[in-house]
Amino acid sequence: MPLLLEIVTPERLAYSDTVDAVTLPGIEGELGVLPHHAPLVTMLGLGELRIRKAGETETFAIAGGFLQVRPDKVVVMAEMADMAAEIDLEKAEEARRQAERALEGGFHEGADLAAARAALQVALLRQRVAERRHREGRPRRHG
Amino acid sequence: MASQRDIRRRIRDVGRIKQITRAMQFVAASKLKRAQDSTLAARPYSEKIDEVLADLAAVIAADEHPLLSRREGGKRLLVLITSDRGLAGPLNTNTIRFAARVITEHTGDLAVVSVGRKGRDAMRRARVPLEAHFAGFGDRPAFADVIPLARLVTDGFVSGEFGQIDLVYPRFVSTLIQRPVMETLLPVAPAEDTEGIPGNQFIFEPNPGAVLEQLLPRYVATRLFQAVLEAKASEESSRMVAMKNATENADDLIDEYTLAYNKVRQANITREMIEIATGAQTH
Repeated sequence: MPLLLEIVTPERLAYSDTVDAVTLPGIEGELGVLPHHAPLVTMLGLGELRIRKAGETETFAIAGGFLQVRPDKVVVMAEMADMAAEIDLEKAEEARRQAERALEGGFHEGADLAAARAALQVALLRQRVAERRHREGRPRRHG
Repeated sequence: MASQRDIRRRIRDVGRIKQITRAMQFVAASKLKRAQDSTLAARPYSEKIDEVLADLAAVIAADEHPLLSRREGGKRLLVLITSDRGLAGPLNTNTIRFAARVITEHTGDLAVVSVGRKGRDAMRRARVPLEAHFAGFGDRPAFADVIPLARLVTDGFVSGEFGQIDLVYPRFVSTLIQRPVMETLLPVAPAEDTEGIPGNQFIFEPNPGAVLEQLLPRYVATRLFQAVLEAKASEESSRMVAMKNATENADDLIDEYTLAYNKVRQANITREMIEIATGAQTH
């Protein structure tokens, strides 16, 4: 039985398709979901979401998310969900540099510091995901 | 009676105004399309958050989280969403009048957070205390734009400064109808879970409280984002209709002036002919 996976962000429906399995960055370590998983709601961390479908893998960089597993489908709600193939490497690199500069220069306290660190983490993740995709050099496919 | 030249100038002026209103009409139409698309695109996430919240509500008592519990004391906060720019028909006037009625009917402390310049200006004129102001979020509001606003209202509610937070914005019903509405943002009232499987059949990891803790701020931000997107769609559709009317009025005016121009021209010719004829007779 295939698994219906939906990835939604506040701005759009990022992915919707049947898949064989999905691996997600849970807050307490990696989490794999196969068909017939028990109903579950949990928080997701910052990291890579990997979709396995017909022997191929698709990767998303996600942040700030929740996972809901229902008998009929799996839904990922995330503040950010970028498909690896759609991440612009140069832009990701630039965002990382900017985040680093923001951390180095200026004084940060409390919430500001947390926000700057989070921005850097997100930038690093996007870059890592995009770079791996780039190296593997697979043709771009749409799910 | 106006001279031929005066009338001709008026026709030209109205023609220029018409060019502008027509251009604004088309620009508003394309922005409306975009705003409607973003509103639709944002819906799945918002529906999903609502659903998970309903599932959580099935296993958590209402007073277990500060954002869920009704509280005594603290002032009432109104988040008023209007547009930054005018020339949008009666939209802002209607929204502000609606808010004004809520404000006058309310007894006790009340403050307003304005999103969009029009609302801020009106509240200032009416001397309603403004808690904060956010400029409108441009033609393409992003989720990140509403985060500071969401944080402001959430913190104010948790600290007890605000006892209740309501949202006033123009809901987009259709291109022709936009209706100002008020919705309670905080305390959060989870919807009934009407479809899917009951909330108590889910396993919540690590526990329902922790998930709720993370979910609620996002729920608040999502509600605000939805309202901002709808207000944007309302603004553009109201502007589009207003500019369409203005363009049609300009056409009517041009017709009227052209008629007047022809009459004056005819009268002048007739007068000249009479003058020539009488001149010829006297010779």
